Amino acid sequence: MTLVIKGARPYGEGEPVDVLVEDGVITSIGSVKVPEGAEVLDAAGQVLLPGFVDLHTHLREPGREDTETIDSGSAAAALGGYTAVFAMANTDPVADNALVTDHVWRRGQEVGLVDVHPVGAVTVGLNGAKLAELGTMAKGTAGVRVFSDDGVCVADPLLMRRALEYSTALDAVIAQHAEEPRLTVGAQAHEGEQASRLGYPGWPASAEESIVARDCLLALHANARLHVCHVSTAGTVDVLRWAKDRGTKVSAEVTPHHLLLTDDRLDTYDPVNKVNPPLRTGRDAEKLRAALAEGVVDCVATDHAPHAPQDKDTEWNAARPGMLGLQTALSVVVETMVKTGLLDWRGVARVLSERPAEIGNLPDHGRRIAVGEPANLALVDPDAEWTVRGAELASIAANTPYEGMRLPGVVTATVLRGRITAREGKIR
Amino acid sequence: MKHLLATDGLDAETATAVLDTADELKHTLLGREVKKLPTLRGRTVITLFYENSTRTRVSFEIAGKWMSADVVNVSASSSSVNKGESLRDTALTLAAAGADCVIVRHPASGAAHRLSGWLAEAGTSVVNAGDGTHEHPTQALLDAATLRERLGSLKDRRIAIVGDVVHSRVARSNIHLLHTLGAEVVLVAPPTLLPVGVEKLPVTVSHDLDAELPAVDAVMMLRVQAERMYGGFFPSAREYSISYGLSERRQALLPDHAVVLHPGPMLRGMEIAHAVADSPASAVTEQVRNGVHVRMAVLYHLLASEGAAA
Repeated sequence: MTLVIKGARPYGEGEPVDVLVEDGVITSIGSVKVPEGAEVLDAAGQVLLPGFVDLHTHLREPGREDTETIDSGSAAAALGGYTAVFAMANTDPVADNALVTDHVWRRGQEVGLVDVHPVGAVTVGLNGAKLAELGTMAKGTAGVRVFSDDGVCVADPLLMRRALEYSTALDAVIAQHAEEPRLTVGAQAHEGEQASRLGYPGWPASAEESIVARDCLLALHANARLHVCHVSTAGTVDVLRWAKDRGTKVSAEVTPHHLLLTDDRLDTYDPVNKVNPPLRTGRDAEKLRAALAEGVVDCVATDHAPHAPQDKDTEWNAARPGMLGLQTALSVVVETMVKTGLLDWRGVARVLSERPAEIGNLPDHGRRIAVGEPANLALVDPDAEWTVRGAELASIAANTPYEGMRLPGVVTATVLRGRITAREGKIR
Repeated sequence: MKHLLATDGLDAETATAVLDTADELKHTLLGREVKKLPTLRGRTVITLFYENSTRTRVSFEIAGKWMSADVVNVSASSSSVNKGESLRDTALTLAAAGADCVIVRHPASGAAHRLSGWLAEAGTSVVNAGDGTHEHPTQALLDAATLRERLGSLKDRRIAIVGDVVHSRVARSNIHLLHTLGAEVVLVAPPTLLPVGVEKLPVTVSHDLDAELPAVDAVMMLRVQAERMYGGFFPSAREYSISYGLSERRQALLPDHAVVLHPGPMLRGMEIAHAVADSPASAVTEQVRNGVHVRMAVLYHLLASEGAAA
């Protein structure tokens, strides 16, 4: 299988070049004569990036196939420029054993649009009481390397310590949804002026920051790798900086929505804006953008969370938290980081591809665009804009907070191991 | 006025119009043996209550009936809600059945706003009769009506709102409405019972009730909402009562003209002393009485007076 990408600018830099891909590997970059029978991607004016890697996706299969399946979620990912996604463990049944994680991995392979890497649960049933069989999942077909009880914080400090210690033998990372549960009982929105005015029980920033601080100390003690999911507060950035300065093996992700959206949107009472952790203040968003640019926050992860209409078109308290993210992530990063001058395209490659691949331990993704490297790639038209319509996205669910919003940056093609998976907004 | 969802954003002109109508209705009905006006004949008003309530639901029901509306009461415990029907579907059912107005009480903040969105197509009006810890606008209006009766204009009057502010939709609605009507509001509560960011609201804050009482024209005691509390907001009922209860000793600190309000139900002995609740300064019974007239006025402005206010 031969592919020629004509006239793209890798990382948006330099003169346009042609990229020859043979059998899934980049074999030539420069001026390429199209071999007979080769597929050609006309990429004039477009930016070529390594394919994106999402450390935090909810594919809902098994259990809630009415909202997303590995099939539909893979399509959304490919259309969003992703070549690999990590599927969170809070499925039904929970991915707390190798039967489930291997099943998810196999389904991902069968669909074949992106590499689907299951995240294993840290504790049995996500109930925070007993360690799941991390080793069995790590040694299974799926080769799980990221463990998380996402949605539920591993609140017990001793259990978290054990998980971190145990993971060091598996070359794995423990990804924590940092939320001290006692501080967020009944919480519905960021604790602050907006929540107080609207009468929503508050989710205080300190509930996140205190757990991140605790876990960083535990990770340092255990010499283990900790990954902080969806950082949402300015204070957490300070904690991460402090921990990294001390040599803690800690990485962190921020979601596109925490970069762009704030709790000002609560005025609508529309649960499409309900997410966990909640949308924070403008000051938090500003600090998160700066931290991402600086590398204190390592990468962008979508926390793609499809929900059925009956779980979202309801009163706020009854609504499930979460929003779609796979097909809008690049555009939100362009809007918040590129247009503002905080990141260039090399920076975009770092936060959407290279760092998440490193954190998730994926040797074939997030690689340089260079001869000899695997051809997992995304093509982006930096000058194009599009209007988000939830019903037109590939996910089964349509809960996007960007409905009707015009966003910059369009993914024009995605290439997985030399094969085009998505092109011009359509799955191949 | 299409809906009454909150006092936050309710302008002084509209609020005053409702209060004036309430006043007019009260005087119209004064001394009448048969309290019945034909104003809302043929209109259907549904009360949809997802939380227990006596005074608010009954008040709305009487208000509707005195205006000759057909009033239907729906409580969550005896409806399809019990079978798992969503608020949205329940709302659409009521609209399809011909409701001109739905009066809703719901444990979720913002529920009345959501309801108004779902009912927009049907043209049904929505009145928020208390949504979570957000707002209870008719309570604030009836409080304002009561204060106007006792004090005259609210302009430059100083009102203390005392107690569990953080869980109180009554407090939120009163803060906005009293401010809009020109009064100065002081919140008196322990720090644990004040909302985060309270300094951004048009209020001053105090933790010392004794210090505030001599300078206020009214003191509005709040109910301590034990059902919404978790994790120790104050050490004990005894300590709360000592620090923030309106005792007879404290009442003596108030100016002679000062009014005592309580939205009820009252925790006598803890929030307010028995003797204070029943004293001439207390307007608790008047609040309930005015509640009917205020709710009549609200229904009038929503259903009978097209374009009476924007």
